[in-house]
Amino acid sequence: MKTVNVVICTGTTCYVMGAGHLLGLKEHLDESIAQRVNITGASCLTLCKNDEYGKAPFVRVNDKLITEATIPKIIEEIQRQLQNNPATE
Amino acid sequence: MNYDNNANRIRKQLLIRIARLALQDRLLDEIDRLPATLFPRHQSGLRCCVYKDRAITKYRLMAILGHAIEDESDELTPLRHYAQEALNRDEVTDPILTVLDEACSACLKARHFVTNVCRGCVARPCVINCPKDAIQIIDGQAKIDSDKCIDCGKCLKVCPYHAIVHVPIPCENACPVNAISKDEYGREHIDYDKCIFCGKCITACPFGAIMERSQIIDVITKIKRGKNVVALLAPAMAGQFPEDFQKVAAAVKKAGFSHVVEVAFGAERTAEHEAKELADAIKANQKFMTSSCCPAYVEATKKHMPEIAPFVSATPSPMHYAAEGVKEENADAVTVFIGPCVAKREEALHDPTVDYVLTTEEIGALLVAADIEIADCEPLAFDRPAHAEARGFAVSGGVTHAVLAEGTTDAVKATTIDGLDKKSIRLLQSYAKGKCDFNFIEVMCCEGGCVGGPCNISTPKSAGKRVAEFVRNSKEHAGG
Repeated sequence: MKTVNVVICTGTTCYVMGAGHLLGLKEHLDESIAQRVNITGASCLTLCKNDEYGKAPFVRVNDKLITEATIPKIIEEIQRQLQNNPATE
Repeated sequence: MNYDNNANRIRKQLLIRIARLALQDRLLDEIDRLPATLFPRHQSGLRCCVYKDRAITKYRLMAILGHAIEDESDELTPLRHYAQEALNRDEVTDPILTVLDEACSACLKARHFVTNVCRGCVARPCVINCPKDAIQIIDGQAKIDSDKCIDCGKCLKVCPYHAIVHVPIPCENACPVNAISKDEYGREHIDYDKCIFCGKCITACPFGAIMERSQIIDVITKIKRGKNVVALLAPAMAGQFPEDFQKVAAAVKKAGFSHVVEVAFGAERTAEHEAKELADAIKANQKFMTSSCCPAYVEATKKHMPEIAPFVSATPSPMHYAAEGVKEENADAVTVFIGPCVAKREEALHDPTVDYVLTTEEIGALLVAADIEIADCEPLAFDRPAHAEARGFAVSGGVTHAVLAEGTTDAVKATTIDGLDKKSIRLLQSYAKGKCDFNFIEVMCCEGGCVGGPCNISTPKSAGKRVAEFVRNSKEHAGG
């Protein structure tokens, strides 16, 4: 079964910019989706260097990087990835 | 709105940029360019256009520099001028808040409104039940005449389709003391004779039109001048970041503070004195006593609840005791309180032992601007960690628990007012004027306690959990 790995950066920059709110992602997921999603927090992914802190908070959904992440943006990407890779028997 | 939202993000972005410019001595040269950098041409703006966004960004930056928008006399004064004033000033002034009238959307006066969900039904209970005959059916839909409407809400209750909504004015709704209201243009103004500085309007405004006059420049300037700047870290800070308190303390120290002191030490003294005061009050048959460490509540008693004033504890707050302790050891120390609270800034203005206040957002911005990663810091060792009970002040019920732990009296009947609003203010007034079943009342203006403060960067729930763990892991206890 295809699972989606969601990594939420909780480095200082991302946390100040709102990662704390993203950590509650599981509550917003539908039952059917929730079981196929792995959510982990990570220490600084160093994506904020070079003045890119304007794009924080950063979240990785499998290989896709989401900038200025919000709950809806993350969910949209999760759904897109699950659609492209449906569960196989 | 203790939720993630764009207004918060914008504010934090600006705080980080200003802090970074100030730390790198680029503030004067680059601040005027910021609005254009953030809102370049050829993009749609957040509001009508990027030029409006730039204009409002300018006002936000003025507030971050610590100025009051209301004092602007010349619109063409460049930001550089305001930045220079901020770098030069030695003291901060009140009021601690400012309203960006340009940003205020002038939400229409609170009203009831019939949406297009209305099906023009035959029963029309809205029309039939309106006490002021304010509703008519026009073109098949109900319509409320706002000149006649008295906002009683009857129509909303009786509509079978829930087609009628009550459209609030968020800042006025959030304010527990009616301190914010409109001028003749519909723009909001704060009446400082009524304001208790709780900060609820700041988080409520969907346009981010109310801002604090930040002291971040003042603190950075003092640090850069090599002053002995001491950070007073509130116990609520244990919940604000994913890393634990000692790492946060280490990160704060790295930002340029010479020492980091736990405000919880001050809370130990507050608990000790307040417990003695309570025991005496009970013996003297005083009806009840309330806590006094929440500055927004204390302000509310002074401006709105004079009948409660005689019952408020005279014990100074933890912040005061902590700052006093620092100043006693080092008269030249510059004390900076750090916590998720707005009202502390007002308390500090009237308390000579506390020089500046930084909120969680501001210290967070400072850490980011200084490229400090909390997780990479070595935990700061405290000579003696503060008592668990004192650290518990950060959560509703914590003060009561600490006072009881002092064991000065067995006769305590305690209750907590968790969140100050119009209803709980009336309740407190009724206790003062009439019967009260309790003899100790802890009052927290923010729901959940300090962890629910307006300048939180976590959710109150997760912050509360972390503080609870911090308290559980504390080895030192009162009375032992």
